[in-house]
Amino acid sequence: MNIVVRPHGLTWVAGHDHDHDRIATTLSGFWLFMMSDLIIFGLMFATYVTMLTPESFAGGPTPKELFELPGAAMETAALLTSTFTFGMASLAIKYDRGLSKVMLWLLVTLALGVVFLALEAREFTYMLAEGAVPQRSGFLSAFFGLVPLHGTHVTAGVIWLVIMLIELNRTGLTGPASSRIARLALFWHFLDLIWVGIFSVVYLGGIA
Amino acid sequence: MSAPKTRSREQAYRHDLRGYQTGFFLAALLTIIPFALVASGTFSTIATMWVIGVLGLVQIVVHVRYFLHVDLSRQRREELYLMLFSAALVTLMIAGMLWMLFNQHTRMM
Repeated sequence: MNIVVRPHGLTWVAGHDHDHDRIATTLSGFWLFMMSDLIIFGLMFATYVTMLTPESFAGGPTPKELFELPGAAMETAALLTSTFTFGMASLAIKYDRGLSKVMLWLLVTLALGVVFLALEAREFTYMLAEGAVPQRSGFLSAFFGLVPLHGTHVTAGVIWLVIMLIELNRTGLTGPASSRIARLALFWHFLDLIWVGIFSVVYLGGIA
Repeated sequence: MSAPKTRSREQAYRHDLRGYQTGFFLAALLTIIPFALVASGTFSTIATMWVIGVLGLVQIVVHVRYFLHVDLSRQRREELYLMLFSAALVTLMIAGMLWMLFNQHTRMM
């Protein structure tokens, strides 16, 4: 342990334009973004819960009729595993296990993210075909406000992963690249955290 | 390259790896239990809802601790405060909104 403790996190240190400090500062900025995103999700969750009354179903499909446990379980498994594989990529960077190992774990994460999105797209297609469209009832509007919002975030994460893989392939594991991957890791783990809320409130709460 | 230094780095790696493994194991467990409860329908709806809610909150803490690496250490204090503040805001907004709207709902009926 050093005697001089360098402030971590949100504190901006004047005159210390060190690479390490910059990474810590950009990470803190990303934390601020994620927490404001958390509030958006929080309000979407609140809206969804207020739309769980019989009046809000408007004679349309209810959560019990609409949601299926196996589909939600597979989506959950894909996303939870992807958060672990991203952790493995972060460890490979932290302990210099080589570029190919980092890229391999990121590729596995990407594949699991795509599997998640495919499962979700299949679920939405099925719902829309059943006539469970957003304009059918207040409940469905709230559902299609909340769950696809998370899906859009995952799509953004997938695109970001592809970009990072291209960058790694071109430039190797540079300082800026690992700093970007550190932020992407936060984003990815955060999306899995939001998904815990979605499968608990929407799917399990709806089916129980 | 001294031998003790490499060993301590290897130990640090294994320590971090174990962190992710523990997190993954706990998260999987906390996911499987509520899914199994809902699938089997052992308990009443209300009891199942309580279990889902409590295990969901515990799982969020597990994710924050093992994947986002925010704990009670001094180094992560600012992220922790930021997160607790955001959680407080979200709780106020959700609880306030639900309270108000369900109250309105009862009055309108």
